[in-house]
Amino acid sequence: MSILINKDTKVICQGFTGKQGTFHSRQTLDYGTQLVGGVTPERGGETHLGLPVFNTVEEAVSRTGADASVIYVPPFYAADAILEAVDAGIKIIVCITEGIPILHMLRVKAAMAGTGALLIGPNCPGVITPGECKIGIMPGSIHLPGSIGIVSRSGTLTYESVDQTTKQGLGQSTCVGIGGDPIHGMNFVDVLSRFQADEQTKGIVMVGEIGGGEEEEAAEYIKAHVTKPVVAYIAGLTAPSGKRMGHAGAIVTGGKGTAEGKVAALKAAGIEVVNSPTDIGLAMKRCL
Amino acid sequence: MNIHEYQAKQLFRDYKIPVPDGKQTATPEGAEQIAKELGGDSWVVKAQVHAGGRGKAGGVKLAKNPAEVAEFSRSMLGQRLVTQQTGAEGLPINSLLIEKTYPIKRELYLSALVDRGSERIIFIASAAGGMDIETVAHESPERIISVQVSPAAGLQAYQCRKMAYALGLKGAQIKALEKIMFGLYDLFLAKDASQIEINPLIETQNGDLLALDAKINFDDNAVAIHPDILAMKDPAQEDAKENRAQQFGLNYITLDGNIGCMVNGAGLAMATMDLVKLKGGRPANFLDVGGGTTIEKVSEAFKLILSDHSVKAVLVNIFGGIVQCDIIAAGILAAVEEVHVAVPVVVRLEGTNAEQGRALLSNTGLNLYAADDLDHAAEQVVALSESAA
Repeated sequence: MSILINKDTKVICQGFTGKQGTFHSRQTLDYGTQLVGGVTPERGGETHLGLPVFNTVEEAVSRTGADASVIYVPPFYAADAILEAVDAGIKIIVCITEGIPILHMLRVKAAMAGTGALLIGPNCPGVITPGECKIGIMPGSIHLPGSIGIVSRSGTLTYESVDQTTKQGLGQSTCVGIGGDPIHGMNFVDVLSRFQADEQTKGIVMVGEIGGGEEEEAAEYIKAHVTKPVVAYIAGLTAPSGKRMGHAGAIVTGGKGTAEGKVAALKAAGIEVVNSPTDIGLAMKRCL
Repeated sequence: MNIHEYQAKQLFRDYKIPVPDGKQTATPEGAEQIAKELGGDSWVVKAQVHAGGRGKAGGVKLAKNPAEVAEFSRSMLGQRLVTQQTGAEGLPINSLLIEKTYPIKRELYLSALVDRGSERIIFIASAAGGMDIETVAHESPERIISVQVSPAAGLQAYQCRKMAYALGLKGAQIKALEKIMFGLYDLFLAKDASQIEINPLIETQNGDLLALDAKINFDDNAVAIHPDILAMKDPAQEDAKENRAQQFGLNYITLDGNIGCMVNGAGLAMATMDLVKLKGGRPANFLDVGGGTTIEKVSEAFKLILSDHSVKAVLVNIFGGIVQCDIIAAGILAAVEEVHVAVPVVVRLEGTNAEQGRALLSNTGLNLYAADDLDHAAEQVVALSESAA
């Protein structure tokens, strides 16, 4: 088993006919994902990449039976796209879009409460269960079906972790990029709890970065609930205070959200924290 | 995005948040004239720079007559103000705010911001105004009061009353604080702020509440839909290289080391800086060229890195996903030839078409080193920066 998605997951793409949607949908199809159609308002009835295009998510769901959606619409329209997916009953919503205004996300999160829908991202690479289903922009070729669950706030550091665990022969159960925005969907704890419950997952790689307090919450959760080995890496030890380091959420304010604080919290919870991003794969192998 | 205090106070006026009488100027003569027009018997001359800690740095001065207003203005304009928040080079004082003074009974603190933990806009207040709020929060957390606003229901009057009573306000002051908080909330939503801070919010001798200072940060992701806010941007207050990077869609932040870093992805860019430090070097910058890197972006990124003359060596770290490493390598070669790179460049390529990329970079006769792993690349660039220094 894996978490969140598998070979039976049926995916639609919102923003299907756009440049990003087209490029990444093609890669997704090549990977063997069950992409069953897409949504672009006013393009309903057309065929794109050999798949049906619908005007609304509701129509796409009723005609294809999709249970997951990936969103590639521009930032000012992304909140609308997420809520349309929620309203249509989509259970796994992956939002790749970077640059969504934070007040939009506050309203989206409040509106999603109690709906049972799960949001991954925004500003994330997506989620992949190697060999079964790829939803997002990650390069499929570096993945290997296996036993390590990976959860990360950073796209390229997810790829580093994947590459290293592949080279160690461990492979991945599922990799979840939770995104670099300050207000986002699933957090570390949401993903860690699923990895803990998943039989296929034997070890967990967690990649955090400066800003916010989710790594500290994860440390407490791991200490109390996770029995599988966890290797953590935190980026941003050299980041100056008060500066946004690329990701909207990667900022140290008022002495809070520092890499030092996060590393200390994780170590206090007994978690293996590597100093170098190049040690993730080896450390994981050692811990198993 | 940040704006100046005088601009923030104009927004406050638009949203019925009381501020001192005052006006902005860029000349000593203008400053003297404003003082005369405002009337009264003392005035404050405030340097307009995008940084806190102005008072201690000599950027806020109390003048006893209009001639003194002109004198202080003359001494400040054209200078650079160095505060705890600016770094050693400081920020240019191109503009001043001249305000009337008010007899202060108490200094309070009030701010609104997006709280990541609760995923709400929250208001924070304290009776310990005028001080650094982080220090107050650290040393006496019981002096901090906060309320969370439901995105669906919006700010409620009871939340304002709760704040007012906790701050020890009475009578007409309760309504006055309510009006200020609703003004802040409306301003926050209408202009996509990420933080608004009033420190201090003063209680005058006759009991009025007045925003003596005003600081507003706007959500960078939203400013594009607020042309009025975008028009307030003052490039003179920002790092020139960071401004240029923005124009090319690059995320660049100046640091004080001597190893230039060019990386794809924000997380990997931070990790690369950390690794350089771990190997004993000092990163000169944070630079994320983004996921969809092109030859043009790589070239611009190189120019940006090399415009910092303290850079002694450059580390390029690319994890090719969707972007192919051989294309990146071609971009690097084009950039190196175009901008005449004199310092050694260590390149680590991993992922899609990495081998083809490395092959392109070897035996070029240029000062290029193709590293086969990130650890080795970091060690190599640190060694090269030391031998060049």
